[in-house]
Amino acid sequence: MRFVLNGNGVSLDVSGSRRLLDVLREDLRLTGTKEGCGEGECGACSVLIDGEVVNSCLVAVGQIDGCSVVTVEGLALPGGKLSPLQQAFIERGAAQCGICTPGMLLAAHALLEQNPRPSEDEVRVGLAGNLCRCTGYTKIFDAVLACRR
Amino acid sequence: MPEVTYLQPRDVADAVRLCRDTPDAKPLAGGTDLMVMLHAGTVRPRAVVNLWSLSELKGIRHVDGALEIGAAEPYTGIIGSALVGEHCPALVAASRTIGAAQIQNRGTLGGNLANASPAGDTLPVLLAADAVVVTDRRAIPVADFFWGYRKTALGPGELIVAVRFPAAARGVRFRKVGTRAAQAISKVVVAVSREPARVALGSVAEVPLRARSAEAALRRGDVEGAVAALASDIRPIDDVRSTAEYRMTVAQNVLRDLLDASPRR
Amino acid sequence: MSDTSAAVGRPVLRREGADKVTGRARYTDDLVVAGAWYGRTIRSRIPRGRIRSITYDPAFDWAQVVVVTAQDIPGDNVVQLIRDDQPALAAGDIRHREEPILLIAAPDRDTLAAAERAIRIEYDALEPVFDLSLATETYSTIEISKGDVDAALRGADDVVERTFKVGLQEQLYIEPQGAIAIPEEGGRIKVIGSLQCPYYVHRALKRALALNDEQAVVIQAETGGGFGGKEEYPSIVAIHAALLACKAGRPVRLIYDRHEDLAATTKRHPGVIRHRTGVRRDGTLVAQDIEILLDGGAYCTLTPVVLSRAAIHAAGPYACPNVRIRARAVATNTPPNGAFRGFGAPQALFAAELMVEHVAERLGVPSLDLRKKWMLRIGDTTATGQTLTESVSAEMVIDAALKAAPSAHLSNVPTVRHGRGLSLVFHGSGFTGSGEKKLGGKIAIEALTGGTFTILTASTEIGQGTKTIFTQIAADGLGVPIERVTVAPQDTSLVPDSGPTVASRTAMIVGGLIHEAAAELRERLAKSPKPTLPLRVDKSYVQPDTIHWDDQTYRGDAYPVYAWACTIVDVAVDMLTGEVRVTDLVSAVDCGKAIHPVMAEGQIEGGMLQAVGWATIEEIKMKDGGYQNDRLATYLIPTALDAPRIRTILVENPYSGGPFGAKGIGELPMDGPAPAIIAAIHDATGVWLDEVPATPEKVLAACASS
Repeated sequence: MRFVLNGNGVSLDVSGSRRLLDVLREDLRLTGTKEGCGEGECGACSVLIDGEVVNSCLVAVGQIDGCSVVTVEGLALPGGKLSPLQQAFIERGAAQCGICTPGMLLAAHALLEQNPRPSEDEVRVGLAGNLCRCTGYTKIFDAVLACRR
Repeated sequence: MPEVTYLQPRDVADAVRLCRDTPDAKPLAGGTDLMVMLHAGTVRPRAVVNLWSLSELKGIRHVDGALEIGAAEPYTGIIGSALVGEHCPALVAASRTIGAAQIQNRGTLGGNLANASPAGDTLPVLLAADAVVVTDRRAIPVADFFWGYRKTALGPGELIVAVRFPAAARGVRFRKVGTRAAQAISKVVVAVSREPARVALGSVAEVPLRARSAEAALRRGDVEGAVAALASDIRPIDDVRSTAEYRMTVAQNVLRDLLDASPRR
Repeated sequence: MSDTSAAVGRPVLRREGADKVTGRARYTDDLVVAGAWYGRTIRSRIPRGRIRSITYDPAFDWAQVVVVTAQDIPGDNVVQLIRDDQPALAAGDIRHREEPILLIAAPDRDTLAAAERAIRIEYDALEPVFDLSLATETYSTIEISKGDVDAALRGADDVVERTFKVGLQEQLYIEPQGAIAIPEEGGRIKVIGSLQCPYYVHRALKRALALNDEQAVVIQAETGGGFGGKEEYPSIVAIHAALLACKAGRPVRLIYDRHEDLAATTKRHPGVIRHRTGVRRDGTLVAQDIEILLDGGAYCTLTPVVLSRAAIHAAGPYACPNVRIRARAVATNTPPNGAFRGFGAPQALFAAELMVEHVAERLGVPSLDLRKKWMLRIGDTTATGQTLTESVSAEMVIDAALKAAPSAHLSNVPTVRHGRGLSLVFHGSGFTGSGEKKLGGKIAIEALTGGTFTILTASTEIGQGTKTIFTQIAADGLGVPIERVTVAPQDTSLVPDSGPTVASRTAMIVGGLIHEAAAELRERLAKSPKPTLPLRVDKSYVQPDTIHWDDQTYRGDAYPVYAWACTIVDVAVDMLTGEVRVTDLVSAVDCGKAIHPVMAEGQIEGGMLQAVGWATIEEIKMKDGGYQNDRLATYLIPTALDAPRIRTILVENPYSGGPFGAKGIGELPMDGPAPAIIAAIHDATGVWLDEVPATPEKVLAACASS
């Protein structure tokens, strides 16, 4: 199958029923996307498919043929500079242990793309599929709200 | 998991043929249920047939005055649809309670129906709205669709292509009670309308169902009678999430509240 | 860019933050190890009995895989901790569901799964013990006595008696347990894992694999949350991975999936706590008679220490002349319970704080008035007879919390009732009594060429900010910009044993050593014009001689100092469904000195939401000795949509024995919210629930019967 991954064309010959999560982590060696539960409950495996945030543990890789996929590795700006969202996460303490952070960043990114000036409640709704155990979420809200346009 | 053949049909007819002719094949749409089971090994099909990319299964439109939602249209599309908001706002409300953004971007009515979980959040709305399950070969009123615990009227290889709402169901009101505000399997889910009298619930029996004696009382205009009659219509159980007693009490409380004539919060 | 202003007290950037937001940070399962096989633990399906037989299906080609049983253990079949009661693999006796019996390793996951299916284990079941009151084996008893409780109760104007129940809780680190074991030459075994305490794992590996100090190497990978759940449990994962790697002669990855992690790993100790509190009519506190019964599960693990923490905090942050605390921890045939943030104190303080509410209700006075009357002040003595001489902040945190609390909600929906609750808690920093002395934690700092420095410590970063605050403390102690200080990897072959990363000790105790070492190194460098580099200063913990503790009588200075918090919570209770929603949560916290204010707030906010979960939705139901809530779809923690905005007020009342005045903060946030939520539910509905979690089922039933 062929798809765009973080802006680059990729061609893969793998069984289409394998989880996108496993193909990313094992075949493509992109380990930024994490497995927290394998049940679609924690959001640690979140990626963007055609701009929409989904749990990659629930996507059969065959289903992304022709699609555009973005993982945490694709969030930085050209040249490797951290995006404002990534920078805000560090500065405002939105990342502690960091295991939920990749998924959280992608959900936040998708939210801000669709709604550049969300209210705090809209941020909650947008991030409700990403569990965090370390932060209590308040500083994650702060980081996302700081990136409103 | 051992290699499961991935099949990509050209169109719905091809999908039907593949599901019918491929031994031990399962249809795959958004994957929010099937992919979990595949990974856990609770189902071990030999093949999956991908429906996600079939445009015939997506979309929301009016067909002869009826609202029609493609079986593989994700909840995000339903939530954002002005047509659905106009025709059956309770379906928008129910869709918003499913999972969170990630699940809403992939979960579908077709999946909710085909899995026939008694806790399916949209299913009571479909029952209360007299929806019709349109398959590749016939139309099944949703009241006739659920045959038993996770068993449906679908025949071998039969695929759901759309869900149709023949009449506007603007009067359907909905409430889901779950353990937390998002990503929660329901403890009790209720969809009611006064006119026509419809009382539909999930998570209180082995199937999503219409509470017929409650509806009969409601038709007489007897709200308290409907609430009391619920006790004979539903058969909740104790399980990991909740208790039979809680489900019964809350189903009754919520029914009364939804039927209450005073202004909604 | 070099910044010469002091680093401590400033929100400098998290040291490993860039790696975490870019996906560059490598957690255990992210590591690629050439030739590694996959491992799996085969576990008991019954709660108590004996293994009758293990049958390996001859139709499966067993040459493809490696199987390890108790017979393959080269050293002692023991998970080294406190009591040598827990085997690494069950040899015959089964004491709990999910008890590890054997291990398999295979080249790929499909073969692994097929091998698992080809093993059949038969048991002779024995009658299990689940009921605490029927338990026959005791792990530990503690009695703390002060004054004459019986006489004081007899002489009291009023005695209030109440019994409280506290439930299990899963730590729910978002990264499951995992370790990779790599056999190397000379009998060396390297284990890389998700863990909090490299040296705990090191000791456990040596014992079970019969290795010496150099042969066992433990390296902490980036760890996705711990909260105590990775304090002692990783020793088991490491031993298992190492056993497989040794037998297979190749690396083995043993990574738990979430279901296994939920079903088999340690949980917070549940229990029952009974209080009898005697007061005078004017509200003076004269007697506290407290009984604690904790369920340790099937093996001892850290139960005696959890019991100790619970007992010492059981009387709450109050001065009382007559106190008796009788604490007991017993065995049941459930999976062993273990460390979880708070470590007995949340359980004990839940009961203690609610007692204030019940006594206030009996006397017809506001509970806040009783707290202000009873709270410990400088010069008062605690239940263990410790005289508090400094950094006592009960009044400060109450005042700060009250000032920050929002105006009360008014309900505009008749079926939703609002209520407010408050709690006052304290939490001892560091190990109890002579614990720190026994640990003798060590660190070192080296001055390297190029004007840089490296900190050598086994204290781990698990999200709480260890790496960052250590560089802040060291940089200020050395008088250099923070960019010049690095932290060496937490690798037992490189760094000394600083003691475990637990017990709210990392900033105060280990940070204290780092500050001392930095100051000394700075002096030595200043004195020598051309020092030989690397120049190393080692520091080892020396207990101040002002701390006196008697392990036999359980009297004296239980902790060097306490941190304090006052928490105010607002709830909305839906009277139709019993659902409790926390709408506002504010806490004033004194941790002495916030080395990094943003990270300190982060600890408080995160810990408080964990406590909210424990108090409301984190319920574990048992069935035949196993947890029914064994998937993330059924074990529920708060989502972003459930969480209120949590507000933290940092109050600084410095401790002279901590670096820059710092005390511990990691666990304190876990202590306050639960009793405050119960009090808030009462404020909203008029009903008392004397247990957590206060699920909607319980709330509705309590409202119905009142």
